Amino acid sequence: MKEITGIKEYIKPENLVYRKSSLLTDDIMHYCPGCGHSTTHRILAEIIEEEGIQQDTIGISPVGCSVFLYNYIDIDWQEAAHGRAPAIATAIKRLLPDKFVFTYQGDGDLAAIGTAETIHSCNRGENILIIFINNGIYGMTGGQMAPTTLPGMKSSTSPYGRDVATMGNPLKITDIVATLPGTFYVTRQSVHTPANVRRTKRVMRKAFQYQKLNRGTCFIEIVSNCPSGWKMTPVQANKWMEENMFPWYPLGDLKVPEEQQDQQPKTE
Amino acid sequence: MAKIKGSIVIDVDRCKGCEICMVSCPTGTIAMAREVNGKGYNYAYPANPGLCIGCANCAVVCPDGVITVYKTKV
Repeated sequence: MKEITGIKEYIKPENLVYRKSSLLTDDIMHYCPGCGHSTTHRILAEIIEEEGIQQDTIGISPVGCSVFLYNYIDIDWQEAAHGRAPAIATAIKRLLPDKFVFTYQGDGDLAAIGTAETIHSCNRGENILIIFINNGIYGMTGGQMAPTTLPGMKSSTSPYGRDVATMGNPLKITDIVATLPGTFYVTRQSVHTPANVRRTKRVMRKAFQYQKLNRGTCFIEIVSNCPSGWKMTPVQANKWMEENMFPWYPLGDLKVPEEQQDQQPKTE
Repeated sequence: MAKIKGSIVIDVDRCKGCEICMVSCPTGTIAMAREVNGKGYNYAYPANPGLCIGCANCAVVCPDGVITVYKTKV
């Protein structure tokens, strides 16, 4: 392993402030440079390690860019058919109610082919955590238009931009899910700056803790980038996301538990 | 007055050269190397190591967990 170090005299175990989580395997993630998936995997691994729930966590990996997620985090995994992760998570949680069960899905998986599973598992109030990565495009298959693609946004199947008259409006599935009585905590975050990563980590830790309460589905949307699909550099993609994605998908909590509404500052 | 100093270690082989750490660094410690690593990416490296304050912004935002951060008072 080739390493480059800064000033060597400060590098002592007692000075350590940040290192890669030990739950992340040595496999190099297959994602494109700058992808939000990798950042989300990293904070997911950090939370599971810090909470000490490695033995009690079961993840459901989707179909999409994050299909090989089970190679990267060292916990128990179950691969789901396309879009069916919430159905499998429902079964696992009902059979093993003491485990922490979460699904990790992209927008093609959760908001297109898996809309029915998503809405019905949230409506039933299954006690699972759904992590939803929204980058507004089908990244894995070559950047086709997704239900979450913005109006006027170019993709390989909408080369002149998404025309709302013929192709419809972007689906804000997180807003739909927030209106359902079964959901307990619904929020929308991003992972493109250090502040947002820290906030997302806080939110995700809270969602894992809420599973112990057995009160309903927790749903975290992470607005993410897709530098390859959007044909930009990662830094440009993050800037584009701030300017164009956030007006459509504003960050913040959409539904917070009732007893915490008073003391909880709105994260925007 | 005690000064806070930091130091970073970069795992060159995992770096994909996305430059997000370089943009997030508040002191301009990190730059992209002209050389490439085994995968052909221009990796990040501490170009101005004396400026590092150990804030861990680069490591927190790095998608691939490339960076390890140390911080101390001198």
